[in-house]
Amino acid sequence: MTEKNYIPGEHPDLPPPSNLIGPVAWIRDNLLSSPANIIMTILSVWFLYIVIPPTLNWFFLDAAFTGEDRNACRAVADGACWAFIGERFKLFTYGFYPEEHRWRVNLSFILLIAALIPVLFDKAPFRSLGLKFAMAFPFIAGWLLVGGLGLQPVPTSQFGGFMLTLVIGITGIVFSLPIGILLALGRQSNLPIIKVFCVSFIEFIRGVPLITLLFVASTMLSYFLPPGTNFDLLLRVLIMVVLFSSGYMAEVIRGGLQAIPSGQIEAADSMGLKYWQSMRLIVLPQALKISIPGIVNTFIGLYKDTTLVIIIGLLDPLGIGRASLSDTKWTGLSTEVYIFVAIFFFISCFGMSRYSLYLENKLETGHKR
Amino acid sequence: MTENAQSTQATASGDNYAVIIRDMHKWYGEFHVLKNINLNVTKGEKIVVCGPSGSGKSTMIRCINALEEHQQGDIIVDGTELTNDLKNIDAVRSEVGMVFQHFNLFPHLTVLENCTLAPIWVRKTPRAEAETLGMEYLERVKIPDQANKFPGQLSGGQQQRVAIARSLCMRPRIMLFDEPTSALDPEMIKEVLDVMIELASEGITMLCVTHEMGFAKTVADRVIFMDGGEIIEENNPDEFFDNPQHDRTKLFLSQILEH
Ligand SMILES: Nc1ncnc2c1ncn2[C@@H]1O[C@H](COP(=O)(O)OP(=O)(O)O)[C@@H](O)[C@H]1O
Ligand SMILES: [Mg+2]
Repeated sequence: MTEKNYIPGEHPDLPPPSNLIGPVAWIRDNLLSSPANIIMTILSVWFLYIVIPPTLNWFFLDAAFTGEDRNACRAVADGACWAFIGERFKLFTYGFYPEEHRWRVNLSFILLIAALIPVLFDKAPFRSLGLKFAMAFPFIAGWLLVGGLGLQPVPTSQFGGFMLTLVIGITGIVFSLPIGILLALGRQSNLPIIKVFCVSFIEFIRGVPLITLLFVASTMLSYFLPPGTNFDLLLRVLIMVVLFSSGYMAEVIRGGLQAIPSGQIEAADSMGLKYWQSMRLIVLPQALKISIPGIVNTFIGLYKDTTLVIIIGLLDPLGIGRASLSDTKWTGLSTEVYIFVAIFFFISCFGMSRYSLYLENKLETGHKR
Repeated sequence: MTENAQSTQATASGDNYAVIIRDMHKWYGEFHVLKNINLNVTKGEKIVVCGPSGSGKSTMIRCINALEEHQQGDIIVDGTELTNDLKNIDAVRSEVGMVFQHFNLFPHLTVLENCTLAPIWVRKTPRAEAETLGMEYLERVKIPDQANKFPGQLSGGQQQRVAIARSLCMRPRIMLFDEPTSALDPEMIKEVLDVMIELASEGITMLCVTHEMGFAKTVADRVIFMDGGEIIEENNPDEFFDNPQHDRTKLFLSQILEH
């Protein structure tokens, strides 16, 4: 090959050699770059070949989507018996929420989506109005679901299924973030009383399993309350879940706060910003941004931990699933139930995870120092 | 405009002084960092502070806007005495601008937002007006075209000029500089010093920690040499550099002249 001569300083940008780009190069570099890599590639292909066709068969090709009971399913197909899930779908979604009031659950869900859009996407139309609505949403939804003030009350013991998961998960997420922020700031406070309170709270929460707190909520709390008071069980559970995740949230955010150089606060101080102004405008936006992966991780953990309420007798999707399994018409279909519940959780959690990546990219302002 | 406010705040210590530091001491725990500092800065005066690393230059200058607390003596800034009273501290801070060695720009805000933040939140200036003000000062430091970039996308020299503009947006009467050029690559030092020289010609009071002798000779009315937490020597720049009195000053000058 002949190298063309350029005058020094006038060498143009040339395209890279063709063996560096293109699908063939990609396959060579990523799949076949070394003997070990070739073996790994072959093993992976073989593994996929073993796993994918039977999975597809079980899920779709060989599955029964309608049928009266398990035997009807088995009569038509050997794979999954989705007819079972179909029959119980409403139960999985609403728990024992009374049929005639289920529109309130649906409406709450639609409002939830309407509230999420302005929170999640800063280019949403009418965002400032939307954010105000989002602030009001938890209270509107609470009223719709529980009733009162003109709506027929529905006891929270009838809540269940995915709706219960969403109620606990979203309440936990919505309240644990601000409380966690306050705890994290308090932990760094110069005022000893505030600091000691926050540190003890966080350490207590982190030292105790959530299940213990849920048991406390379901049984012990009534000892401390004046006799005759009826303190709703779901409310007690919500409080415990919020406190629990706030403790974790505080530690995640503290990590972010510590990553902010002291020069940022000094600059804010030197311009005359007050403590809360510099926290809100300077420190927290940066600290929260760094903490996004940890925050979302805590959210996901909290969301999945909602299944623990089964232990104190609340009927989350797993609880509903277990109850359904004892129906003699449908015995032996636990795989379907657990996979179905798993898919629901996976979709929610994967969504949160993707959103956090999107947010991290969006907030990137080119400073890596 | 703010002249009236200033004269009503003035104390018996005299209206001519921008900063009065009297018998001031400071400790970090057991460590006596600043010992008996006395310094009067008249309005419009340019002061350059130099001295070896660890001599307490930063600490002294940071006491002036209460980023550091002093334990003994008085500091009176623009007629307001720095006490534990937060009101006084806030009043002083909004009149005193500070530029740091490492710029300390807010990386999550654009250049213009960095400039408008304090006017909007501290001075309660309407946003549009604050933006006009911000652009005006960005023009003064010659980077209006970078207004919508983030600090992380600028060179060090540009960042430091933004930091200067950001301070100026509060229309301070006193500017503190803590080694503003020592984190910069050599080719960027000049662009920052040029901005500072121009600023000096406009009658603002300046206290500047720097080892840039050329700058000191051009703008300083007085050079102060610190060592071991004390002011060892002060003089006008010509005398200071050509005819240092104290042995420690001579040693220090010979060291910084070596390279
Ligand atoms: N926050 C602090 N706590 C304890 N010692 C400090 C602190 N800040 C500075 N010092 C010490 O005080 C002395 C003076 O520091 P400084 O004012 O930064 O010096 P200079 O700016 O002249 O280099 C140094 O010995 C330094 O180690
Ligand atoms: Mg210093």
